[in-house]
Amino acid sequence: MKFTLNFDPIWPEIDAILEGILLTIGLSAGAIILGSMLAVLLVALKSLAGRWVGLLVDAYVELMRNTPFLIQLFMIFFGLPLLGIRMSGTQAGLLAMTMNLGAYAAEIIRAGVESTHRSQLEAGVSLALTRLQVFRYVVLKPALAKVWPALTSQFVLMMLASSICSFISVAELSGVAAIIESRTFRSFEIYIIVTLTYLVMALALKSFLLALGKRLFPNLSGVARINARGSAV
Amino acid sequence: MPAVLIENVHKSFGAVEVLKGVSLSVESGQVVAIIGRSGSGKSTLLRCVNGLEACQSGRIEVAGHVLDQDQKKLRELRKDVGIVFQSYNLFPHLTAGENIMLAPRLAKGLGGPELRRMAEEVLAKVGLSEKFDAYPDNLSGGQQQRVAIARSLAMQPKVMLFDEVTSALDPELTGEVLVVMEDLAKAGMTMLLVTHEMNFARNVADVTVFMHQGRIWESGPSADLFAAPKTPELQAFLSAGVH
Ligand SMILES: Nc1ncnc2c1ncn2[C@@H]1O[C@H](COP(=O)(O)OP(=O)(O)OP(=O)(O)O)[C@@H](O)[C@H]1O
Ligand SMILES: [Mg+2]
Repeated sequence: MKFTLNFDPIWPEIDAILEGILLTIGLSAGAIILGSMLAVLLVALKSLAGRWVGLLVDAYVELMRNTPFLIQLFMIFFGLPLLGIRMSGTQAGLLAMTMNLGAYAAEIIRAGVESTHRSQLEAGVSLALTRLQVFRYVVLKPALAKVWPALTSQFVLMMLASSICSFISVAELSGVAAIIESRTFRSFEIYIIVTLTYLVMALALKSFLLALGKRLFPNLSGVARINARGSAV
Repeated sequence: MPAVLIENVHKSFGAVEVLKGVSLSVESGQVVAIIGRSGSGKSTLLRCVNGLEACQSGRIEVAGHVLDQDQKKLRELRKDVGIVFQSYNLFPHLTAGENIMLAPRLAKGLGGPELRRMAEEVLAKVGLSEKFDAYPDNLSGGQQQRVAIARSLAMQPKVMLFDEVTSALDPELTGEVLVVMEDLAKAGMTMLLVTHEMNFARNVADVTVFMHQGRIWESGPSADLFAAPKTPELQAFLSAGVH
């Protein structure tokens, strides 16, 4: 039996695909921004608040990192309405992505914060700064700069994992693909398109984030390059 | 009323007593140098004075503040007491100017062109006017240390503490930092400094204090102390030549 690729039935669906792409981008951008804020908040609580708050933060982070994202998504989408909180699939998806990414990013940022040399903290408090000011103005930026490449990977992974939101009928790129597949029966063709689209989006997001890192941390960005004479430049 | 008053301070790390009843006073405008062997407790004493280490017993009063571990009171004290460390500890993500302006802005609420002018002024005092926008990474060790001194001065402290601020520097760079400190001493700043630069202690400090095994072993006007050390320990320390 001979199989020939036939993209013709898919072209009329191109608008739907574009809308799916836009929703994927929107969900990912929202989750990256909100998840980063959540992560910084979690790390700040862990660094500054008492022991019990720290344990609560740990519990949250472990819960999110040791359960499947799909199940977290179901818990939010099917569970919250039982508590009287109604939300659309897209809202539930954004919330799940934010909560999940917040935990993973918190773990990464915490490593950066912990690598801060004690002398930096001492310099800060010796200048009459509060502990919160030391965290915000002395610790946070170099810590983020140090872990920016790891954060970038995590953000890209989250963008790819947004496809799981199609399980609760969110019409992001994967959800749209499933719909088109059921309408056209051109499974292979549609998933070739979707695969390439994710690949392009992931590479674009990665380049964007690395460029952003260079802008945000102009004198701290990345690993020092070693020149031919062996000194870091 | 002395600017720094240390009375019978005891400090232990675990079971090890590092300060065994230290008393010392520094008058306003005076420069006091602390010398002594490695491990004799010099840094610990200095760090107790601005509350970086909590001592177990004794009483410390600096610039009119009684030392207290209450965070708010500690901050009030630290606004008036600057400290400069051996390893400069500049904030790497901020330029020299930003390093200097950060604390006056956050702790004292200063801002605007006034703050910038003040930052330029202290940077000029340490001879680095042209480095306002330079990042610490692009400065030499001596320049970084001078920025660190300027950063402390920007808080307009009444007392300055220095912990071996030239020990991490190449010999040819220590001079430029010592000059800044000497100027500061001449301008009437109250200074308590730990140093391995015996010439600096002898020539600039009014009083030199020799610490040994967690105690003030011997102290006196610098000229006398260096010319005629009384205790065998200080005699040995000074003649060893390597500090
Ligand atoms: N955080 C700490 N925990 C435990 N022991 C400490 C701590 N800090 C200092 N010590 C100990 O206290 C003693 C005094 O240390 P300190 O740093 O005050 O000496 P120093 O006179 O400044 O020496 P140096 O000339 O080498 O700087 C040393 O034995 C040191 O090991
Ligand atoms: Mg020391």
